[in-house]
Formats: sequence, C-alpha cells, structure tokens
Amino acid sequence: MSSVLTSNRRPADLTAMALLLRGLHLDGLLLAGIGAIMVVGLLALYSAVGESGTLVFRQAVRLAAALLAMLMVAQIPPAWYRRAAPWIYLVGLALLVMVLLTGDVGKGARRWLDIGLRFQPSEIMKLGLPLMIAWLLHERPLPPSFGMIVASLLLILIPVALIALQPDLGTAILLTMTGAAAIFLAGIGARYIFGAISLALISLPVLWYWVMHDYQKQRVLTLINPDSDPLGAGYHIIQSKIAIGSGGLFGKGWLNGSQGQLEFLPERSTDFIFAVIGEEFGLLGALSVLLIYLLILFRGLVIAATAQDTFSRILAGTISLTFFFYVFVNSAMVTGLIPVVGVPLPLVSAGGTSMVTLLAGFGILMSIQTHRKLLAR
Amino acid sequence: MATSIRIKDHWAEQRMFLRRVIVAGLIAFFLVTLVFGRLFQLQILEYDYFSAQSQGNRIRVQPVPPTRGLIYDREGRVLAENVPSYQLELIPEQVPDLEATLARLVEIGLIDGEEVAELQTLIGTHRRFDSIAIRQRLTDEDVAQFAVHRPRFPGVEIRARLARNYPYGPAVAHAVGYVGGISAAEKQELDEAAYAGTSVIGKTSIEDAYESGLHGEVGHAEVLVNARGRIMEVLGGEAAIPGGDLMLTLDVDAQLVAWDALAGRRGAVVAIEPRTGDVLVFVSAPSYDPNAFSAGLTRKEFRALQTDQDRPLFNRALRGAYPPGSTIKPMLALAALHHAALDPDDTMYCGGYYRLPGKSHRYRDWKREGHGPVDMHDAIAQSCDVYFYDMARELGIDRLADFLQRFGLGTTTGLDLRGEKAGLVPTPAWKRRAFSRREDKVWFPGETVITGIGQGYLLATPLQLAHATAVVAARGERYRPRLLRGRVNLDTGETEYGQPERLPPVAIDDNAQWDRIISAMNAVLQGERGTARAVGRDAPFTIAGKSGTAQVFSVGQDEEYDSEEIEERMRDHALFIAFAPLEAPRIAVAVIVENGESGSRTAAPIARAVLETYLDTSS
Repeated sequence: MSSVLTSNRRPADLTAMALLLRGLHLDGLLLAGIGAIMVVGLLALYSAVGESGTLVFRQAVRLAAALLAMLMVAQIPPAWYRRAAPWIYLVGLALLVMVLLTGDVGKGARRWLDIGLRFQPSEIMKLGLPLMIAWLLHERPLPPSFGMIVASLLLILIPVALIALQPDLGTAILLTMTGAAAIFLAGIGARYIFGAISLALISLPVLWYWVMHDYQKQRVLTLINPDSDPLGAGYHIIQSKIAIGSGGLFGKGWLNGSQGQLEFLPERSTDFIFAVIGEEFGLLGALSVLLIYLLILFRGLVIAATAQDTFSRILAGTISLTFFFYVFVNSAMVTGLIPVVGVPLPLVSAGGTSMVTLLAGFGILMSIQTHRKLLAR
Repeated sequence: MATSIRIKDHWAEQRMFLRRVIVAGLIAFFLVTLVFGRLFQLQILEYDYFSAQSQGNRIRVQPVPPTRGLIYDREGRVLAENVPSYQLELIPEQVPDLEATLARLVEIGLIDGEEVAELQTLIGTHRRFDSIAIRQRLTDEDVAQFAVHRPRFPGVEIRARLARNYPYGPAVAHAVGYVGGISAAEKQELDEAAYAGTSVIGKTSIEDAYESGLHGEVGHAEVLVNARGRIMEVLGGEAAIPGGDLMLTLDVDAQLVAWDALAGRRGAVVAIEPRTGDVLVFVSAPSYDPNAFSAGLTRKEFRALQTDQDRPLFNRALRGAYPPGSTIKPMLALAALHHAALDPDDTMYCGGYYRLPGKSHRYRDWKREGHGPVDMHDAIAQSCDVYFYDMARELGIDRLADFLQRFGLGTTTGLDLRGEKAGLVPTPAWKRRAFSRREDKVWFPGETVITGIGQGYLLATPLQLAHATAVVAARGERYRPRLLRGRVNLDTGETEYGQPERLPPVAIDDNAQWDRIISAMNAVLQGERGTARAVGRDAPFTIAGKSGTAQVFSVGQDEEYDSEEIEERMRDHALFIAFAPLEAPRIAVAVIVENGESGSRTAAPIARAVLETYLDTSS
C-alpha cells in the first residue's frame, strides 16, 4: 500500500491510484477540483486575515473535518439514501419547527438550535429537500404528472416558509432554487417553466410592497445606486468594486492587495473573499477560480447523467446545480451584479457549518458515482 | 402507446434527463460568462478608474459630522458654542484584541476601569469599520501620555473634534439643556446614517427640543489614507451642512441676576415678556454643569447627580408643581368682580380666622390678630386670607376653577420644551375621577375655602405662574410662552424672527376691573401697608406684585407655626409674582424659593432684582 503512494508517477501507478480512490469510494476529478479550490481559498484567506497563521489553521481544520464527513457519506450506497430520504426530510422539518419555537437568536433572526451541539437546521434541509424530491419522483414515470408537480411544490414550500419565518431570506431563496432545479431536471414541461417565470415576475411588486423588510429593500436600492448611501449599505459594494477593479488583468500579487490588506474591504474573510481573489490574482486568477467551479459542476452533471436510476440522477444533478448556484450568487453579489445577500463562496469563505453540508453533498455524488459499477456487476 | 396508463420508459427518461442536464450546463456556462463579463468590465475596461482609487493610496469614505448650531440669547450673546477638543477614537476592525486594548488604556489612565463594560456595549452597537469616540475632552497631558504609548494601540487614535461648550454653565443649564453621548435607546430611534461621525445628541431643553435643526446634515469625504490609516489628502465628497443657529428669548443679564439671587437655594425664577410670550428668564436651582456632560460624564458622576437630595437635574421651572399660595389672589379677585360675587368697596372684618356658617372649624389667617376691616384693595395688598376664604365660598369651586384655568393653570402652557407639567386645578369632577375610595370622592366645602388662598390640591409650575402674571400684566391678553425667538438664516446670516402666538384672551366684562386689581397689586410693593413694601419702597419704576407662602407642612388647629422647630425641608415655600412698569408692562416674573418661608422677604427681592436688571439694560 505505502509503495503505491510513494512510488513515481508511471502509468501503472496511476492505475494503482485510481484503484485506491475506488476503494475509498472517492471520485478523482471531483476531488481534484475541490482540492484546487480549497488551496486557492486558503491562500486568499491567509491574505485576507492579515497573514494570521492561526486563523488559516482553524479553517484548514474545518476543511479537514468536512472532508472526513464527505469520506464517510461516500461509503454509504445510494440505495440507503433512497430509503432514508423521507425520514431525513421529516427530521429536518421537525428541527425547523423546533428552531422557530426554541431557537437561539443571533443577529435578529432565530436560526440556531442547540441540542448538544449548535447548528442551523436549515443546513439539514439543504440535503433533505433534494433527497425528498428525488425520492418522490423516482418511482413514477417522468416527466412528472400535474399532481406530482403540486406535491413537489408543497414539499419545497413548507421548509422554505419555515426558513423565511426565521427570517433567513437568503437561505429560503437558495432552497427554492434547489427545489426548482430538481423539478427542472425531472423533465417538467416548458409551459410550466414559462408559467413559473411569469408568475415570479408578476409577484415581484407584491414582494416589494408587502413582504420585503426595509433592510432588504435597501440592499436592492443600494445595488442600483451604491453612492446613495456610501457610509451605510453601499460601503460594501463600493469597496468590493474598488478591490476587484484595481486588480486588473494580472492582479496585485498575493499579499499585495491594498484594499484587502489595509482592511478597507469589510467581511473580506467571509462573504467578500472573492474580491480579495479578484484584487490579488486579477482577472486571470478570478476567471481560473470560476472555471474550476464550472469544472466541478460539469463533473457533477456527468455523474448525474450517467447514474443508473432516476433517484440518483435527480439527486446528483440537484446537488451539483445548488452548489453552482451558490458560486454564482456570491460572485455576482461581490461584483455588484445582484443585491448583497449573505451567501458565502463555497469551499473558500471562512466558516464552519455550511462547509460540512456542502462536502456531505459531494460525498453523496461520489457515492452515486463509485457504487454504480459495483451494482452493475 | 395510446393507452391512458403511462409506463415508465427508462430509455426515454434517460435521454430526456440528458437533455435537461445539457440545458442546465449551458445556463451555468452563460451565468459564468455573465460574471466574467462583469469582471472584464471592472478589471479591464474600468481598470484605470478603480486603480486610481486604490493605487498606492487608499480611499476611505468618512462621514463628516456637521457642526452643531450655536445658541444665542436675545441680544446675541453666545449660550452654547463649539470648541475644538481632542478625543480618543477606536475602530474595532483595526483593533486586534479589544479587551486587552481597553485594559491597557485603563492601565495608562486614559479610561476609567468602571467604564469598560459600558464601552464594550457601545462598541458592540457600531459597525466594525466605524470610528467610535471612547473618551472625550482629553487634556494636554492625556494627549502626551497617549502619544508615548501610541505603538501599543493599533486602531486607537486621537482626533480633534468640536465639543459643546456652555460659557454660562449651570446658570442657563435648565433653559438651554445639554448634549451627551447617544444612548442605546436613542440609537434605536434615530437615523444612523444622519448621525454617522456624531457621538452626541441634545438631551434636554432647547438642545433636545430643537435637535433636528441644531444637528445639521452629515456630509462625507473621500479621503486618501496611507498604510497606517492616516489621512493624506481629501479627494472629494460632500460637505456637511452645519446645524442652524438659534436665537433664544432669554436675557442673559437678567438670567444671571436671578441665578445669583437664588444663591444656591432650591427654587425657580421665570420671567416673561407680557406682549410676546418671550421667556426672558428661565432659572431652576440647584443646577449642574452642562459642560461636564459634553465632556462625557462617568457613570459614577451621573449617579451622584441623580441621587443628589437637592435634585439638580430636575427642571423646577418646567416641571416643579407647587401650591401657588396667595399669588393667585389677584386672579380670584378678578373672578369675583367678573361674576359680581361681591362689591369690592364693601369692607369685611378680619378677626384672624374664618368659620363656615354652622361649622366650628377655624380657618386661620396668616396674621394671628387679623387685619381688621378690609375691602378688596386692602385684602390684596395685605394678603388677608379671611377675605379670600369668604370670597371663595361666595364664588363656588366651579367658577373659581374655571377662572384659574382661563389663566392657563391646570394645563401646559405650550412652551417649546418637552416634558412640561400641567399642574392641577381641582374641581369636584376631578376629585370623583382621581380618588377610588367612595368617601374620598366627595368635595367638601372646606376644600373650596382653602383653594381660595392657593392651598389644598391646587398646584402650578413656576412657568405657569409667570405666564398667569404676564396675562394680568397684559390685561387679559395671552401669548404662548416661547424660548425660541428666531433662527439664523444660513445663507443671509440674518435672524428670522418667529411671530408671537396669541392664545384665547381672558375676557372680562369691564376692563376697568383690571386696573382695580393691578392698583391693589401695586400697593403690595408701593403702598402704605403692602406685604412687600420693604422691597418696593425705593424702586425707580412702578411695580405690581403679590407675595405667597405655600404650606409644605400642615399646622394643626391650635398649634403655632414655629419655624425654628421645623426642619428646613418642612418650612413653607416662598413665592412672589410681579410685573413692571404698571402702565406698559415689559416684564412679568414668578419666583419660587423652596422652604424660603416668606414670599415677601425671600422671594420678592429676587423678583425685584430681575425686574430692575431687565428694565435697566433693555431699552
């Protein structure tokens, strides 16, 4: 075994490497992409936190723990997830109700639950929902009937409403997109899609006037004209654009970004870390990061397309698209394309809980990919 | 295929799924292209612009707090100004270890150990990149002390700021108010962006009532800072619009005379110009040093002020409710004339006490041996209680109360400050409402009798008394009391004066009756037997007035009031109201000295000093 790991890279050894990965139920391409992003992320973080080794070490520990979770999730065959799907979903729902009743308040919202360990139940739902929708649709013929679509929408709406009540609008929107991705992949008809889009457009004014909080409206207004409130909500966007824009084609170089280094950029280690990448590594660096993300997505989609049963296909596709959606929302927000919503950059932003969910999701993808051929035999 | 039952077709489903995956992939690719396009725009097309904003120098958007408006007295003397001072500021984002930093600041004596917890809450309520004032008004020694230790305090800086200064200190504090640190509760209510860079807010009186105008509008500056965060150059931004200057109706000369005359006793002096409602003097004593507040009071110092037995923070002029005592007699006499309840020229015999018909209870006159035969003029000049006991009975409580209310008693005068108290004019209807026990709800005839000399439940603030006096001086015309005389126009530098606001006048049938009352009030000071003749004797102008003594401590039926034996705080309150000159009154004043015992001896000289100063210096 050790000779395999330490030997030189000859074709025969590559095969040995592949065998090792297979044995651990890991997917090489996916793992390579995740690893590459993590390395870039740690470099950016080291720069963003003012070259503090301890903070980066802490993040590395979190990444390692999340990778371990991924490894464990990957060992379990997809059939098990299919059987457990409704239960995971129901437990997730129960916890969401609990958090509304007894949860801890942080930053004005009730999001945290403390039962032995402290976590946000909405994290469970990020995997519970795609599991549930895939389970619901997998046995019946696709594209889904009208009744199945209504049932799916209800399954999406309940957790989304519970999370919106906390209130955590960002997660609610992301979860809605997760559900939408699942239904889309299931083959829902074009007229439903266009119907949903028109309905969304019509409901925009309703949201604006009756549903959205003032601070949420402020974020939208700030996006349109950041200079209207340069000291308040517009500050993040202005500083973020300066950081990215001044990076140019090649960037200022690692640890040389003045906006990030001089601490002008708020939340530079968490939600706005993409601006640090844009400033120090330039357009080429930022684009490379986006392309690695795209690669991870494509690998996920390939796993979905070649999966053997409907449940695995929908599940794998939904997890991959959700992951990409995070990437898009964060990078679009940091570059000032969309309003500021608190969505971290996956695998890069500092912070613990969502990282575990994210890598558990990849664990499911790997499980689907690596248990495929075993089943085929 | 044409059957109604759909059969799961795995191959078709797989092809459909593949198509969907490809569409999703294309959408994702399109979204990445979108972000790439945005990056291209920012990093290539607009590179020069953003590079200039960041290159070698770093731009920071800083709030530029507006300069607070100044406050002047009616002659243009400065009551509140802004003086440069140094303060210690902290930017949480740049402080590596907040707790340790605060501990070190305590160590070198720049902040008080007791304040640390408070400061941490304060810092918690700000954004991480805000600059927060943690200590104001540093002395030169403090600045030097900090300079020595500066390298140990990243994220902490000394900034020159403007601090509020009140040249006249405690003497005008209750009229002008003070500014102090913005509390957590206030922070909730105000627009945070409008107060970016401002650490103080008007707390009481004028500073509070006209806060929005005095504050001004915040500006912002884009500044170039070097690697250590020091400002190298201001690039642009928007200038702050300074707060508007206010001109008050106060006359500082008279105000200071009133303050000095009170000489540290508890009490209040309010003077009003009868024909405008301008408040010329507004003193409440004891007072506090408003400069201490803008310097940032420690919790301990504030607690000491709050728990002081003499209650220096209490605005007696605005909120102190006192029994008005005999000072309301002129108004009651006017009520009797208006309702023709008696003939003012009839004399009645005062034997030192009064008894209701058929009752044995004796209502005593302040003069034990009595005043002998008195008519209305004598009764006012000598303040005969017996005469007014009988008059009150004759008028009845409802007519009596109604007339006092016409002079503004029992309701707030509408002065332009917050927190004014309404006092109380008791009526049988009020008593039914105010008490819960059935036997307490009954109005007794004896309560009408003592209301006739301003005792019992009757309560008035010094401001209300001054207002009522001004109404007598103006022969029934009423103006809403005001402290704001005008605002200085920022563009022209001219003062734009506000118009006096007329209130419904006190209308009586025969205007000659005003002269009858005023002549009797003149006799109080300048008549043969007036209660305050010692004070009015050699005045260079004509004065009308009335003394009053309000009981704090009720004396039993047959006991002697012996001031020697009664504790200082149980002694009677001394009151005096006055206006001058008689013909065209220019100032009306009300004075209350808590536990001052005698209106004519303690309060009247203060009133005269105020009248004399104002009439001397203003022309």
